[in-house]
Amino acid sequence: MRIVVRGGEVVGPDGPVRADLGVEDGRIVVVGPDLEAPRDAQVVDASGCWVGPGLVDLHTHLREPGHEEAETIESGARAAARGGYSAVVAMPNTEPALDTAAMVAFVQARGRGACVEVAVAGAITQGRRGELLAPMAEMAALGVRLFTDDGRGVEDPLVLRRAMEYARGLGVRLAEHCEDERLCADGVMHEGALSGRLGLVGRPALAEELMVARDVELARLTGCALHVMHLSSARALAIVTAARAEGLPVTAEVTPHHLTLDETAVEGYDPTFKVHPPLRPRRDVDALVAALRAGSIDAVATDHAPHAPETKDRTFDEAPPGMLGLEHAAALTLEALGGVDAPGAAVAFFERLSRRPARIAGLEVADARSGLGAHGGALVIGEDANLVVFDPRRRWRARREDLASRARNTPYHGRDLTGRARALLVGGRVVLDGEALT
Amino acid sequence: MSVETIRGRSLLGLEDLSRSAVLEVLDTAETFVEVHSRAVKKVPALRGRVVASLFYEESTRTRLSFETAAKRLSADVLSLAVASSSVKKGESLRDTIATIDALGIDAVVMRHADSGAAQAVSRYVPHVRVINAGDGLHQHPTQGLLDAFTLRQALAERAGLEGPASGAALFEGLNVLIVGDIRHSRVARSDVAVYTTLGATVRLAAPGTLLPPGVASWPVEVVEDLDAALAEADVVCLLRLQRERGSGTFVPGLAEFTRTHGLTLERHARLKETAFVMHPGPMIRGVEIDSAVADAPNTLVERQVANGVPVRMAVLYLTIAGLAREAA
Repeated sequence: MRIVVRGGEVVGPDGPVRADLGVEDGRIVVVGPDLEAPRDAQVVDASGCWVGPGLVDLHTHLREPGHEEAETIESGARAAARGGYSAVVAMPNTEPALDTAAMVAFVQARGRGACVEVAVAGAITQGRRGELLAPMAEMAALGVRLFTDDGRGVEDPLVLRRAMEYARGLGVRLAEHCEDERLCADGVMHEGALSGRLGLVGRPALAEELMVARDVELARLTGCALHVMHLSSARALAIVTAARAEGLPVTAEVTPHHLTLDETAVEGYDPTFKVHPPLRPRRDVDALVAALRAGSIDAVATDHAPHAPETKDRTFDEAPPGMLGLEHAAALTLEALGGVDAPGAAVAFFERLSRRPARIAGLEVADARSGLGAHGGALVIGEDANLVVFDPRRRWRARREDLASRARNTPYHGRDLTGRARALLVGGRVVLDGEALT
Repeated sequence: MSVETIRGRSLLGLEDLSRSAVLEVLDTAETFVEVHSRAVKKVPALRGRVVASLFYEESTRTRLSFETAAKRLSADVLSLAVASSSVKKGESLRDTIATIDALGIDAVVMRHADSGAAQAVSRYVPHVRVINAGDGLHQHPTQGLLDAFTLRQALAERAGLEGPASGAALFEGLNVLIVGDIRHSRVARSDVAVYTTLGATVRLAAPGTLLPPGVASWPVEVVEDLDAALAEADVVCLLRLQRERGSGTFVPGLAEFTRTHGLTLERHARLKETAFVMHPGPMIRGVEIDSAVADAPNTLVERQVANGVPVRMAVLYLTIAGLAREAA
């Protein structure tokens, strides 16, 4: 036994249990109260903490290749580790896009040198142009389980129908950025009274809702598994909830920012708060929070979108959309769930941030093709030791100077947070200890 | 929320200005009107002060008017020709402002095609007074102020009132009708703010596509029947169809727009005899306004242009000279 995680509450799928956990050769080898640690074992202090499966982010922009000035696989992985993530799914909207087996293999190879596991999402269409299907089978042969043109959705319904029919045969899932760009008409914030007053062109919630409805119907037709990314509108949420109630293969994520910020954040025209889909009015935020608590939204996913200052610090119209998320998402999710003392908070926290996202990304079992271990486990003997020690009562203040990310475009600068990853094990190795990267 | 004076502050928009802040500008402008009739059209109020003029968007009227105003106050004017400057080489707004600031300026007059650009500049250089000369679709505060100034002048004259503080009460219950491309108009947003602050009733008439999103939350009434509204209006403010901002795709064509919302001779005849017609310019004769209407005796268009100088003098003076009491 090389590592002992001591003094915490182990949060299995059914609830927290006071137990220690022993790790050897990358796996959990013993779970039980008051374990004796061998003299040469590394002891991880988990007192007062939840010990759960390492978090899994379904939606991370690592920017490499193409925009290493904003983030690299290595820096993004360090940000993820600080946030308590043992695995992230790298989005394919790099330059060039991750739309071939060679590009996937490049990111996988770079990911093997990073401090957390990097899964790759492949593009649905060549160059993410929404016209011709990308070689999904070749990418799937490298272990890619999730495909998306994120940054935008597949606008042409015929192309998406074919992609779904094709993907279904491969047993992979398509993830969609649902916003009809024609209806968005180059808008930069939520369309409504505030956009009218600020003189900013709006992106109507309707653009999201119509595309979610269309995609749900295509999933019904084709039987393809559909994952709706960054739900932001209450009406779109209702469409997804109804589809799930019917038993359609539809899952959904929400971002920390859509759970905690509303459209009024853009009143000062600070481009830090520009994001697609846009921050919505409070009533949408409230609906998303309620759905997260009720479990009708599967996962919190960050949409971590680093931008270099020279790119992001422009006028609101010119600045690119997107904000950072990896280092603050866990605390914000706990806040949205009602805090540490809300009934069932511990189980819900790991369901939304680890167990369900791991299943959606196909990361719940190890895969020799990608070389990735299993994530989002039940914390039983024999599992891969991808574990987070999370202190749900730790109070701290988000500051952009403290970020591990190469970028600085966090919307949470100065915000007081509760809950922080104290330690993280990835593949049985301690990569974060006492909140510091090792 | 409400700003009681613009003395020593930036002027980014009119939504937050109180009635007294607006009246202070109008009254100060009144004292500057007289400068225009002097042989030496100059007062030393801002001698030694530096005003930078930074126009990222084409403008004739506003730029000339601001620069004239600054010079009449004896300020030095730094005029950056954006088209032939380092901006064209890719310099960011933040760096351009920092460069100009390093030369030592008291105020920057700024026009930009993007909403919020003036706010951004005031964040970058908080110690410099920023005067918004039009930002995207958002606000054009000095136009709103000069529109109110012009209207007050015209109303006061007709009522036989004299003197700077005259005529403010004439806005109470005044029926102001704004017609045309409101969605894309920063002037409309500033006019609505200033007229409602002064106590007028503001009505808007536009094709459905040219009303701004969320107009129901504005302190205005949206009217469907333009002809009926014209008969009740004390003032009609016309707006140009902003084709450079994509308005061309919001209506089927110019001829149809003229038919539904242009101030034709026929519609002009529906106006009360006492009604005024205003237009912030540039006018497109034959589209939103008939050529004969543009030249009719009840239009205030030329006075709006002429009043641009004293109103901008007042804005520059109040924002830069700050709390100093004495006027010119």
